[in-house]
Amino acid sequence: MSILINKDTRVLCQGMTGKTATFHTKAALEFGTKMVGGVAPGKGGSSHLDLPVFDTVLEARQATDADASVIYVPPLFAADAICEAIQAEIPLIVCITEGIPVLDMQRVNRALSGSKSRLIGPNCPGLITTDECKIGIMPASIFRKGSVGIVSRSGTLTYEAVFQTSQQGLGQTTAVGIGGDPIKGTEFIDVLELFLADPATESIVMIGEIGGQAEEDAAQFLADEARRGRSKPTVGFIAGRTAPPGRRMGHAGAVISGGKGGAEDKIAAMRDAGLRVSPTPAKIGETLVGLLKGQPEEAQPTAAE
Amino acid sequence: MHIHEYQAKDVLRSYGVPVPDGFAAMDADEAKAAAGKLPGPVFVVKAQIHAGGRGKGSFKELGADAGGGVRLARSADEVREHAAQMLNNTLVTVQTGPDGKQVNRLYVEAGSQIDKEFYLSLLVDRATGFTSFVVSTEGGMDIEAVAHETPEKILTLGVDPATGFMPHHGRAVAKALGLTGDLAKQAGALAGKLYTAFMARDMEMLEINPLVLTGDGELRCLDAKIGFDSNALPRHPDIAEMRDETEEDAKEIEASRHDLSYIALDGDIGCMVNGAGLAMGTMDIIKYHGGAPANFLDVGGGATAEKVAAAFKIITADPNVKGILVNIFGGIMRCDVIAEGIITAVKEVGLSVPLVVRLEGTNVAEGKKIIEESGLNVISADDLDDAAQKIVKAVGGSN
Repeated sequence: MSILINKDTRVLCQGMTGKTATFHTKAALEFGTKMVGGVAPGKGGSSHLDLPVFDTVLEARQATDADASVIYVPPLFAADAICEAIQAEIPLIVCITEGIPVLDMQRVNRALSGSKSRLIGPNCPGLITTDECKIGIMPASIFRKGSVGIVSRSGTLTYEAVFQTSQQGLGQTTAVGIGGDPIKGTEFIDVLELFLADPATESIVMIGEIGGQAEEDAAQFLADEARRGRSKPTVGFIAGRTAPPGRRMGHAGAVISGGKGGAEDKIAAMRDAGLRVSPTPAKIGETLVGLLKGQPEEAQPTAAE
Repeated sequence: MHIHEYQAKDVLRSYGVPVPDGFAAMDADEAKAAAGKLPGPVFVVKAQIHAGGRGKGSFKELGADAGGGVRLARSADEVREHAAQMLNNTLVTVQTGPDGKQVNRLYVEAGSQIDKEFYLSLLVDRATGFTSFVVSTEGGMDIEAVAHETPEKILTLGVDPATGFMPHHGRAVAKALGLTGDLAKQAGALAGKLYTAFMARDMEMLEINPLVLTGDGELRCLDAKIGFDSNALPRHPDIAEMRDETEEDAKEIEASRHDLSYIALDGDIGCMVNGAGLAMGTMDIIKYHGGAPANFLDVGGGATAEKVAAAFKIITADPNVKGILVNIFGGIMRCDVIAEGIITAVKEVGLSVPLVVRLEGTNVAEGKKIIEESGLNVISADDLDDAAQKIVKAVGGSN
C-alpha cells in the first residue's frame, strides 16, 4: 500500500515537449512510471519519447484514461494549465512549476474547491511511491521500499529525509513534496490524513519551514486524531530557525511576517502535539529510529541566543 | 519588489484613488519648483526611501534638533531649504537599521488638514487564500502593535475571488472605520478602487497608513506603501521599471541577475545550497554547531556551472566571509555540474578561505571525483552534520 499513486497510476505530462519535462519524463519512464501521453498545444497528433502528444488535456484524458497529470509549463502559463486539468477532471494534478504569481494561484485554489481534482504543489518536487510510481523531479536512487511516509514543504529537505530513512534501513512508502508557495493545493493535513489511513505507513516524517500556520494546523490535527486513537510515530523538522524576520527565504511562502510564522512557534506546536522534533536537518533519520526504538529524547541544546 | 511612496501614489492616482497632489524631486531646485506648482500655503517635504518611520527618523549628518524625514514648510523657499538638508544625507529610522539609508529622492506634497487618521491595507491572507482588507480606526500607528495590544480594533475582511469586490465589502470597510453617510460612501468607493488596483497590478501588499479625513470632509491616502509580487513582474513592465536598485543590497541585485536567491546575513560562513528549505536548514545547522551564516543562497534546481560560478563569486566578494560551505543534494541538479562550477569559479577568483563541500544525490561519485582530481584545497565532508562541524571548526568558531 501507499498513498495517492501506485504502479497502476496512469500519468500525463503537460508541457511534455519542453526541455525540463523531456528530461524528467525520461527519468519517470526509466523508473517504471506508467506515462501514457503528453499535452502540448499545437503539437497534437505527434509523438514524443514514443508517447502520444495531444493538443488539450481533455483529449488526452479521453484517449489515455489518465489518473494524473504532471505540469512543467512556465510560471505565467501554469495557472491556465492547472485549470485546464481541473476542467478535464484529472483526479491528481501535480504542478512542479516555481514562480507562479500568487493571485493566479488564488483563482486556481477557488477552481479546485468543489472540483474532482486534487492539486499537489505548485513549486514542489512531486511525489514518489517507492518502486511503483514517480511523478516529478525527485531523485529515485535514494529511495528504498519501506514503512515511512514523508511529507515536506521543501524539495531538497525531502531528499534529506528520504536519504536518511533509507540509510537507517527504514525506507519509504510514499514521499510527497507539497511545495513552498503560500497558496497551494494540498496541505500537510491532507497528506497526514492519508498516511494515518494507509496500513503500510508505520511512521511519518513531516518537514516544515517558516511562514504561515500550516505546521501549527497540522500539529493540532495530529493531536486531535491521537485523542481519537489514531496516531503513528511522527518526527518533525522545521527549517528557518535562523532566518531573519521579514525576508523571503527563497520560497515565496517562507517569510516571517508580523511576528508570525517563526520556527520556534512551529517547533513548540509539534512538541505539544506529541511529535519528536529533529534538532538538525542531518538527524531526521536518527531521531525517527530513536523514537521507534522507544529511546528517550536526547536533551537538545537550543540554538545560541 | 517595493517602490517609493511617490511611485505608489502615481499608481493609485491612475485608479482614481484620492491622494494629495505632489511631485517627485531629485534636487533642491526641483523641490522648490514642485512647491510652486502646488496651491500652498502648507507643503510637506518627504524623504523617499524604502523604509517606514521616516517622520520620527533623524539624519546622521545633521544635529539632533534637525528635523526628520517628513517636514512641513510654509513657503517654496522653506521647501528648498528642507530639501537641501535632506538630500544626500543619511536617514536613520526604526526600520532602516543603524546604518540608515541615503536620501536620493524627495516628494513634495500639498499639506492636508487632518481631522482623523485610519488604517487600511490589502494583502493575500494565506490561511484563506483570499485577498483581504485589514481595517482599523487606529491610523498612523504601527499596525502590528495595534494587533498585539488591541486586536478588537482590527477587522480582517476577505474577498472571494469568485465574486470579486462587491458593495457589501465596501459597507463593511466603512462600518469598521466608524463612518456614516457620505463618508461611508466615500470609504466604500475607495476600498473598491484599492481592490481593483491590487488585483490588476499583482500587488502582494498595499498599505495606506494613514488614510485621513481632511478638514473639508474628504478621505485621502496620506501615505502609500506597495509591494509587488516579483513573480508577476514580467506582465507589468511599467512597474518593473520603477525598481530603484540603490535601495537594495548590491550583492542581492547581482544574485538576482543570475536568477539566484541570495540574502545577506551578518555571520562569517558563506553558504551555497540547492533548495530553499535545505539552504535554511544549512544556516540552522551552522548555528547549531556554534557558527554563524553569512548568507542564505539557493542556487535553485536547474543551475548550470556558470550559475554556480556566479554564486561562488558573490559569496567570496563578501569581506565578512571567513569560510564557505557548499551543500548540494542533487536531484535535478547533478553533483558533477556543481563540482565543475566550483572549480571554474575557484580558478577564476582564487580561494583564500577554507571551503567545505558536501555533495549527495545524482552523480555524487562523479562530482566527488572532479573535486578530488582538481588539486584544489577543498575539505570534503561525508554528510551535512560533518560538513557543518568542519566549516565551523575551520573558521575558528566554538564547539
